[in-house]
Amino acid sequence: MKVAYWPGCVSRGFTPELHGSMARIAPLLDIELVEIDRGACCGAGVIAEHNQELADTLNARTFALAQQVDGAAMMMNICSTCQGAQTECQERLDASAEYRAHVNETLADEGLSYDKGLTNKNLLWLLVEEFGLDELRTRVQRPLTDLHVGPFYGCYIVRPIDRLGIDEELPRDTYLALVIEALGGTVIDYAGSHKCCGFPIITMNKEASLKQAGRHLGDALDARADCLVTPCPLCHLNLDLQQPLAERVVGRALNMPVLHLPQLVGLALGVPADQLGLQRHVVKPTSVIDWTTSVVAGVDETSTAR
Amino acid sequence: MSEFILRLRRYNPESGAPPYWEEHTVDLEPHRSVLEAILQARARFDGSIGIRCSCRAAICGSCGVRINGKPDLACHTHLDKAQRQARDGVIEVEPMGNMPIIKDLIVDMESVHWKKIQRVTPWLIAKQPAPEREYIVPKETMIDVTQSMACIQCGACVSDCLSMEVDPLFIGPAALAKAYRFVGDPRDDQHFERLQDLAEDPHGIYDCTHCFACIDACPKGVAPMSQIMRLRRLAGSDHGIEDANNGERHEEAFVSLVRQYGLLNEAELLPRSYGGDSPLAKFKPSAQKELVSSLPAIGKALLRRKVTPAAVLKPHKLARDDLRQIKRIYETVEGREQRFELNLYISGYDEELEGATASPADASVGGDAQTSAEHGQPGQTPGGSPTR
Repeated sequence: MKVAYWPGCVSRGFTPELHGSMARIAPLLDIELVEIDRGACCGAGVIAEHNQELADTLNARTFALAQQVDGAAMMMNICSTCQGAQTECQERLDASAEYRAHVNETLADEGLSYDKGLTNKNLLWLLVEEFGLDELRTRVQRPLTDLHVGPFYGCYIVRPIDRLGIDEELPRDTYLALVIEALGGTVIDYAGSHKCCGFPIITMNKEASLKQAGRHLGDALDARADCLVTPCPLCHLNLDLQQPLAERVVGRALNMPVLHLPQLVGLALGVPADQLGLQRHVVKPTSVIDWTTSVVAGVDETSTAR
Repeated sequence: MSEFILRLRRYNPESGAPPYWEEHTVDLEPHRSVLEAILQARARFDGSIGIRCSCRAAICGSCGVRINGKPDLACHTHLDKAQRQARDGVIEVEPMGNMPIIKDLIVDMESVHWKKIQRVTPWLIAKQPAPEREYIVPKETMIDVTQSMACIQCGACVSDCLSMEVDPLFIGPAALAKAYRFVGDPRDDQHFERLQDLAEDPHGIYDCTHCFACIDACPKGVAPMSQIMRLRRLAGSDHGIEDANNGERHEEAFVSLVRQYGLLNEAELLPRSYGGDSPLAKFKPSAQKELVSSLPAIGKALLRRKVTPAAVLKPHKLARDDLRQIKRIYETVEGREQRFELNLYISGYDEELEGATASPADASVGGDAQTSAEHGQPGQTPGGSPTR
């Protein structure tokens, strides 16, 4: 499947391992990535907070660029925050023809125009709804047997449910659990899976922000998770990069590895850990990977081959 | 009649015993409410079940509870729907969160919710001198605050506020939505003072973590988080209030960095959020202090080559042609005389218009009350039924 690929800013900035691991697993899933490298930051809600029309126009420009990609089935992103912020803008653009025309007028000088009804899916949604869990199961080379994985969604991809199209038909707020299971892992049910990592207020109220991250990591630890997996690089910043500081705030050792979604998929598809950038994390994923023998969760390649 | 099983969380703090779950089977039509089921269980099996209710028609806001983990009004939730959403076919009912439990499903609204409402001066401080008769304001300026006026004070948003969960001092979604009701009211005389107060409070508007939980929790479509974002917009952009919580600086730095680079430059965003929107921000004492306190994280990130010095010094940037386009979009949009905002709660959706009946042309662009809907702006279309 060919997609107009929107990596977002953070996957090319402070979590380069996310962008890299996506590129690494794409061919294994028959996904052809045509990167939208001309689009601007989605604004992460902050630009909309400053000026809604500005955020809508910047994202309409990105959508228009995505619609220009020849033969692309849809736009795909790898960031919960991009998914939420862009869907919010798209909701307004799609709701009113008059508003859309107004925004398109600003884009007209560059020969760009957004047509209503773009499909923009996070990798997580694409895996379940397009690629399919059965197909995913057949591609698994090294099942994540005995690996206990806690899902961490990120607010922007689970709320508000109306805007994101989450309902009984499309239970998108359960997809991470479905994917973990399809990859052969064990899903850990814990209190923080759908809560906020705290990242948006890290500069405004650092203690509350880190308390959120620390509490969810601690809850996952208490529920005996080996690691967390998240489709959101901003959550990853608070949960992984800031984990040493979160440990201080909540007063306990956490040492909880946090994987990006493509990394977890990649491990199960048989990609070596170092090609997925796992060595770059602040919290070493030793509980996920035994670095010396490349054993995933205590099940080495020979035993899975049997 | 159909059978439904309820699992109620029982707790009496005065008893000294811990909370426990209790199941009851009730007989009701599927379209009946969870509240009716609770009342039937109380009447038939156990008169000591504590539940607060009054109107039974989703207008008094008394019967806020958590049903299958999600906050809602018990009288506003049909049994068949609740059963479909139950994890194991049993409808689970608990008291709301973030507030102390008085008994069973009754929480102490007084000590949390109402205290916070009082915190935001929830009444009109009218402009003086008072007119001889009534205050006359343009109709469209009041439409803007109708969304926050739809609040019935049920506390569902307070129950699920993820910021309040870790910071009980946070003013919270219900009270801040109430605050916007007066900041957006053209008759109020204290817009600046109200905004400054809410921006300077370390647990005020900048303590909201943008998690959307209150939007999903609200049974009335108030979208408290959207009202908080409007308060921020008015405080920072219109009144130029520079708060001590880095809220305004963070927003300004973010917006300006995207204008300059097209993409987010994380390495610059952090120091500028503390030291102000300038490349020299990192040398200011406020930013230096922050950088030092973050050394454990920064050090590890550099050690693992997660963040390389090259990425910090030479951040990613769009191509020159694209940056020119981004800059032009900024100039066009920010150069408008009036900031433009489309509130779908008020304007509705195009699709709904086709089927809508007897909708007066009462819609407008929302947001900036005094400026909205004046000269044929887009979005000024007759409204369908409000959804969000």
